[in-house]
Amino acid sequence: MKIHLASVFVDDQDKALRFYTQVLGFSAKHDIPLGPARWLTVVSADDPEGTELVLEPDAHPAVRPFKDALVEDGIPFTSFAVDDVGREYERLRALGVRFTQEPAAMGPVTTAVFDDTCGNLIQIASQAEAPG
Amino acid sequence: MTCLSSAAVDDVFKALVDPTRRRILDELTEKDGQTLFEICARLISKYQLGSSRQAISQHLEVLEAAGLVETRRDGRYKFHYLNTAPLEPIVDRWLRPRREPKEDRT
Repeated sequence: MKIHLASVFVDDQDKALRFYTQVLGFSAKHDIPLGPARWLTVVSADDPEGTELVLEPDAHPAVRPFKDALVEDGIPFTSFAVDDVGREYERLRALGVRFTQEPAAMGPVTTAVFDDTCGNLIQIASQAEAPG
Repeated sequence: MTCLSSAAVDDVFKALVDPTRRRILDELTEKDGQTLFEICARLISKYQLGSSRQAISQHLEVLEAAGLVETRRDGRYKFHYLNTAPLEPIVDRWLRPRREPKEDRT
């Protein structure tokens, strides 16, 4: 068994596709019309056969209150790995991305949290450099 | 400043008696304006505190009631800020009287 898909609930699939590709730098993988919405996934540009992230519509009435409650408390429900959180923070901030947590060392990892403009907070994390 | 009610002073001391709440103030001193998530993440990663998010939230309520922490909403987010004003009466009452006579002598 392996993890093939992960999802984020987005308030607008068009906007989400733009943000996740043009700002974050993922590549579009599948974009298939499916009823009123689309089966829409992105992958890491350097790992096109890797785990796909589904940009899932958040229309179910239970989802918005769930997302709002997480955002109010600053909780990211999704986390992406990056090589260097500090560098990624500067890059994304220059593109106008809003951070609710600036890069901070949390034990062996450095993390930061930003708003994906689609109703979610996302964490980015990098491992501290191995000593020596 | 020094004429704060005795009840307000009691609230400050009660808030400061708990080590987790003092840690929260330490973390806000280091970085002001944090979400609940960041405060919890710092307490767990730096001090291995096993408190639940609900427990931290309750600690923050005690600090807020004492006036030591203020929350501000910014759109959909909520941030916590340190407010040291309730500590001033402590300085006025015991530290300043000991310092000022010396300064007056010159």
